[in-house]
Amino acid sequence: MLKIKDLTVNVGTKEILKGLNLEVNAGEIHAIMGPNGAGKSTLSHVLSGKSGYEVTGGSITYNGKNLLEMPAEIRAREGVFLAFQYPVEIAGVTNVYLLKAALNAVRKHKGLSEVDAMDFLTLVKAKTKALEMDEKFLYRAVNEGFSGGEKKRNEILQMAMLEPQLCILDETDSGLDIDALRIVADGVNALRAENRSFIMVTHYQRLLDYIKPDFVHVLADGKIVKSGGAELALELEEKGYGWLEQA
Amino acid sequence: MSISWLDDIRTQAKNQFEKTGFPASNLEDWRYTNVSAIAKKEFSVAKFVEDVDFDAVESGSAFHFVFVDGYFREELSNLPESITICSINDALKNHANLLQSKFNQAIQQSHGFIDFNTANFTDGLFVHIPKNTILEKPLQIIHIATQAAILPTRHVVILEANAKAELIEMFVSPEKYAYLTNSVSEIFVGENADLTLYKVQQEGENAYHFGGTYVQQADNARFTHHNFALGSLLARSDIVSDLETAAECELNGLYLGSKNQHLDNLTRINHLQPNGISREFYKGILNDQAKGVFQGRIVVAENAQKIDSQMNNRNLLLSNEAEIDTKPQLEIYADDVKCAHGVTVGQLDEKSIFYLQSRGIDEETAKHILTFAFANEMVDRVTFEPLKVQLAALLAVRYPMD
Repeated sequence: MLKIKDLTVNVGTKEILKGLNLEVNAGEIHAIMGPNGAGKSTLSHVLSGKSGYEVTGGSITYNGKNLLEMPAEIRAREGVFLAFQYPVEIAGVTNVYLLKAALNAVRKHKGLSEVDAMDFLTLVKAKTKALEMDEKFLYRAVNEGFSGGEKKRNEILQMAMLEPQLCILDETDSGLDIDALRIVADGVNALRAENRSFIMVTHYQRLLDYIKPDFVHVLADGKIVKSGGAELALELEEKGYGWLEQA
Repeated sequence: MSISWLDDIRTQAKNQFEKTGFPASNLEDWRYTNVSAIAKKEFSVAKFVEDVDFDAVESGSAFHFVFVDGYFREELSNLPESITICSINDALKNHANLLQSKFNQAIQQSHGFIDFNTANFTDGLFVHIPKNTILEKPLQIIHIATQAAILPTRHVVILEANAKAELIEMFVSPEKYAYLTNSVSEIFVGENADLTLYKVQQEGENAYHFGGTYVQQADNARFTHHNFALGSLLARSDIVSDLETAAECELNGLYLGSKNQHLDNLTRINHLQPNGISREFYKGILNDQAKGVFQGRIVVAENAQKIDSQMNNRNLLLSNEAEIDTKPQLEIYADDVKCAHGVTVGQLDEKSIFYLQSRGIDEETAKHILTFAFANEMVDRVTFEPLKVQLAALLAVRYPMD
């Protein structure tokens, strides 16, 4: 589904990713762990098409297509979804409006008709309930005045509505208390499917107690320096990252 | 019709106008707006035209008072029976004493447009809401322009104690040629009375517009204004209110300029006595080479203690050539007051645009969604639902989101 090859990325004149390789197949869950400043967020942003990053080398292939050539909205319509580390507050735009506009943009791209208003409401209310969110959130401005946990749940709600193929969770566990973490993790686990893959970018092992990855990769100084199974996360929890950077 | 008290006032105004003409840009209140193009047009005052190509406005949720080229058209209007709402010419005949006691009394400081209006108004609206009376439906005042001329109208609105009313002023034109609307309103909100006034300025694209609203608020009177400046080539709006004890004044505004439009908004809130409250919130969006002006002044007199006042002006500049001149001013002579003001001028937030793109929405639509949301905050303050719907639809045309 996703193939990242020898990716090098600059921010300004500074090289952040220094030849990153990663392959994600359909249905897999990959955790990318690493110390602060290793380039984890840069990887998330480059995958989602955020501006401000200069790809200086390498390639990203998504479902056989060159992902780097697509503007951000096309990536989203093709099924790439980024759950933001810091979801943006948008005054004056209600959640329900954004969800509908986004869903219709994705449907249109797939050659489907606009979603029926009643069907949409039924769907969105069911997904809202599953994430233990109050329906009132739908009619509030996007993320405005939401707590940290509410913002993260809102990201998962959007993900659940858009049913993407490749979900990138950027530090989704940061700022969550244990109850919110459980709800978010349940939301993610409910979305696990044969044709859906996840990349979880996280500093801590905590999230992986709730969402069990198939693969764990350690990103340090712009490269994947070690890969393994779920047990690697536990090893990192115990030893920290220091031993890898020295290696 | 010759009425001596009025003739005297009109002659005086005519002489004054002949001396000064339309305001020059060396006057402080006019420094951002050059109106010399209007004088060069050598407009004359509009003539009455018998045949108009308009159907009577659908009555329903509002009463209607229709002007065509500055002349009241009863046959196109729809008015309540038990409350005095008539043309100013009728009022000169039937409500002469009341009119005389109020005429020119709300205007503390005149200028060329007001003088011209006083000297030349062709017609106008007279509203008298008696004590303890509520106008059951909003009164929509529709100004339709069909001539390349000056359309001067003069209005007097009186709410007696505890009265309540909603008025909607609309300015429209089916024409593309130049004309000048010159509309001056004097409004008297009695003790504990409550007036909401909407203004929707959608003049033709080459039109000039001057609209002045001068308000006297008695003790505990409430005045709420919503000012939507959408049309015209060059428009200037004056809103001035004098507040007695514990009066409340709320001024909301939205100006949307594109191409080479110039939209000037001047407001003055004069707290003359203690315990008053004022809230002012104006927003502007300027595209292309459009220019916006916001001059807001709140004056708190020496004995007007315990005033609570806030003024805000927020602007979106969506092109490198667009311009905003914003000048919020607090002039405070009392020592125990709570007053604040703020101004922002900026562009759309890049992070918000990317957030929407990351959800599948293309960049242009994302920008429209954010711009619509910025403007719609003012439309959301409209409490008369049919008008809110109409304004939201106008925004959706400007900033298409599909």
